[in-house]
Amino acid sequence: MGKIVLVARLAARDIRRHQAQAVLLLLAITAATTTLVLGLALSGVTNHPYQQTRAATNGPDLVVGYGVNLGPTFGVNLNPTQGPPPVSAAQLRADTSALTHLSGVTAYSGPYPVASVVLQTHGLTVPVQAEGREQTPAAVDQPKLTSGSWVRPGGVVIERTFAEALSVGVGDQVTLDGRPFTVAGIAVTAAAAPYPNCSLTNCMFTGPQTAPSSSNVSTLNVGLAWVTEADARAMASPQAPLSYVLNLKLKNPATAPALVNQIFAPGGVGAPTSAGIDSVNSWQAISSAAGELVQDEQSVLKAGSLLAVLLAVASVAVLAGGRMAERTRRVGLLKAVGSTPGLVAAVLVAENLALALVAATAGLVIGWAAAPLITNPGAGLIGTAGPPSITLATIGLTVALALAVALASTLVPAIKAARSSTVSALADTPRPPRRRAALIALSARLPVPLLLGIRMAAGRLRRAVLGAASIAVTSAGIVALLTFRATVDHDLGPAAGQVGDPVVTRDTQMLLVLTIVLVALAVLNAVCTAWATVLDFRRSAALARALGASPRQVSAGVAWAQVLPAVPGTLLGIPLGIGLFKAADHGMMTIPPVWWLAAAVLLTLAAVAALASIPALLGTRRPAAEVLQAETA
Amino acid sequence: MNTIDAGAYVLRTRGLRKEYGREAGLVRAVDGVDLEVAQGETVAIMGPSGCGKSTLLYLLGGLDRASGGEIWLDGQDLTQMSERALARLRRDAIGFVFQAFQLMDELTAVENVELPALLASRSPRAARKRALDLLEQVGLADRARFLPTQLSGGQRQRVAVARALVADPLVVLADEPTGNLDSAATVEVLRLFDQLHTAGQTLVIVTHDPRVAATADRMISMRDGAFTDQTMLQGGTSGRLGSLAGLEG
Repeated sequence: MGKIVLVARLAARDIRRHQAQAVLLLLAITAATTTLVLGLALSGVTNHPYQQTRAATNGPDLVVGYGVNLGPTFGVNLNPTQGPPPVSAAQLRADTSALTHLSGVTAYSGPYPVASVVLQTHGLTVPVQAEGREQTPAAVDQPKLTSGSWVRPGGVVIERTFAEALSVGVGDQVTLDGRPFTVAGIAVTAAAAPYPNCSLTNCMFTGPQTAPSSSNVSTLNVGLAWVTEADARAMASPQAPLSYVLNLKLKNPATAPALVNQIFAPGGVGAPTSAGIDSVNSWQAISSAAGELVQDEQSVLKAGSLLAVLLAVASVAVLAGGRMAERTRRVGLLKAVGSTPGLVAAVLVAENLALALVAATAGLVIGWAAAPLITNPGAGLIGTAGPPSITLATIGLTVALALAVALASTLVPAIKAARSSTVSALADTPRPPRRRAALIALSARLPVPLLLGIRMAAGRLRRAVLGAASIAVTSAGIVALLTFRATVDHDLGPAAGQVGDPVVTRDTQMLLVLTIVLVALAVLNAVCTAWATVLDFRRSAALARALGASPRQVSAGVAWAQVLPAVPGTLLGIPLGIGLFKAADHGMMTIPPVWWLAAAVLLTLAAVAALASIPALLGTRRPAAEVLQAETA
Repeated sequence: MNTIDAGAYVLRTRGLRKEYGREAGLVRAVDGVDLEVAQGETVAIMGPSGCGKSTLLYLLGGLDRASGGEIWLDGQDLTQMSERALARLRRDAIGFVFQAFQLMDELTAVENVELPALLASRSPRAARKRALDLLEQVGLADRARFLPTQLSGGQRQRVAVARALVADPLVVLADEPTGNLDSAATVEVLRLFDQLHTAGQTLVIVTHDPRVAATADRMISMRDGAFTDQTMLQGGTSGRLGSLAGLEG
């Protein structure tokens, strides 16, 4: 018990004496734990809002799209001038009857005609599925108005996420298929995933389809709107024939996925696929597609928390290494009065573990508080996600992560310090820089600032490696952001006059915030590393000035001591960042242009040099004589 | 008796002051010092600990800024110089020898000696050659590749002297060069200073060791930041005082 009290007392006193370092350590670990908590808090965040939307709209359990023969290119019409042939009226009636009489179906609405048209407004051109509806409420899937009124002749109701992407509101004028319409209302539905993911479920555009980034209308993202049945039928054409949508309610909603399989099984009403039934989606599939906005965020946050953890480890290792050097005499004292190496190591590690626990708590609190900012399920669902789910597993994982970061960074230095000679520890002689003969010889051929910088970096190689690792992690984050930007611009971005993707917008914002956090941590790290170098080499720097180096040359040397390890770190960040993006997003990827990467490398190195120059200039303000006399005393 | 050519002063000060603190806490470490050092002269400044000898030396070498007065080195006013200009002066015209040697522990003897030449942007080859020549001069040619921790105290100080001479300076400033040495090492270093004196090197040595002072042409006593008296030493190291120092004439 006495040992525990001693360890706790020494740890607390030390934290009080070095508050600035403790705060820096806290910040580094808290950044890592907060991003982890945010990532974990996003799990299942859209389930509740989707259920709320289903309840409010009497959402269907199955949504069937049918009525055109899409053939072997199921869902994609590659003919630029002619739409897929519609099925006959008899086939349509037969399919409707077969579907509404499936075992387990208790109610239905439709079939509703769906026109595949182009909406134009505010200079934007977007493909839209315009579903024809009665003006009276439907028994199954009656979209809930969030503003305005329901469909009327010449009036269109637009799905809420789609309306936000178009920046249209009630009363605005749009054209559908060249015909003028007034926006009568904005609504949400549980029968389709919110824009732009409607196309992942049942939104089939039967008009001519082209790839994104072409000058024609991109049909990758199809919007959803409702018009009167008469208006929908009037917009049909041979190039874009009407399709139909049927909403089914089941006795047991949980069986919806099984029924989908049954429909498309051999002998089922939807087999073979050359018949007129083109898509059948369960409410579970729609719910999942509705959650993609948040799922993408979660992928980004998980990748980001990995980077933040790595950066935290590097930062804590630099800070902890410096603190170990200051505790040499304390180690000697403890050993001189009878402490075992184990107890000495425990004293050295205890304060970092205590700070890690505080950081874990801070991460949980900040993550819980900030989660509502990112758990917004999007405009396409009503209701909120409710308080984020901070489960026991989340708490356990966060605490374990914080402790692991602290241990990984401090255990080895603590054990080495505990095993050092008691006599030399009591003498508290400064640890001399390591001799690297090859680097010393190389530096003799270089200009004075590089000569000094190389010798400083070589003298503390572990710190240089940690600095490089920290820059590599930050660079990876920046490159991942650039890769995302390049991918969006090339593959996912809208062509001129087309609507942006809310998922892309949200991911961009999330990546930007994460990159700012990483950069902030890296700035902290760079300044701390440079300051540690200044302190470590103050005698050598004073001596160099006594022998003829100018203060500017010495400051430049300190800056070079940080920049030189940053070069391989920045370059390593390029493949790391691209790999990280690939691992987080298994879809399309475009490598950023070379000049983007070069600019990122140069700006990073310039930032490192600038940040290092602050402690360097502060360090050379003290007269050399003072330093040398202090060292002699 | 040595004569001093009044028109050939390498180093001159007028009313030199260095103060710390303010008002009731004001400390005058150097208090109105007038000094003139001629070319080829060896001047020893003696005084008790804390009298301001080392502070004076650092002011003369431009390592610290004076609070008042003038310092002239080879006709240049140090008090008006920028840090950059002072650094250039230390590279080209001043050599320092410190009490605690102040060698870089991770550099070998020859790497320590060539350092000022590299800082002056001389070619590595020329710097290395000069360093080896100087180590030979101080009797340490066979220790060129040794680290400081592998050298005795006297050897380390001889390496430091060699380093001070690399730029062929106008003046060598030595701060208690034998302060950390035993008797035998002290004699080694004294012999070295004697050689430098004979070769015409201008030296200003701060010491509280009379054996070191005995090697000089002139000894100045210092107390409480000011010079109190001055003694011209007859015969220098070849005289009676020189034999007392253990140096044979």
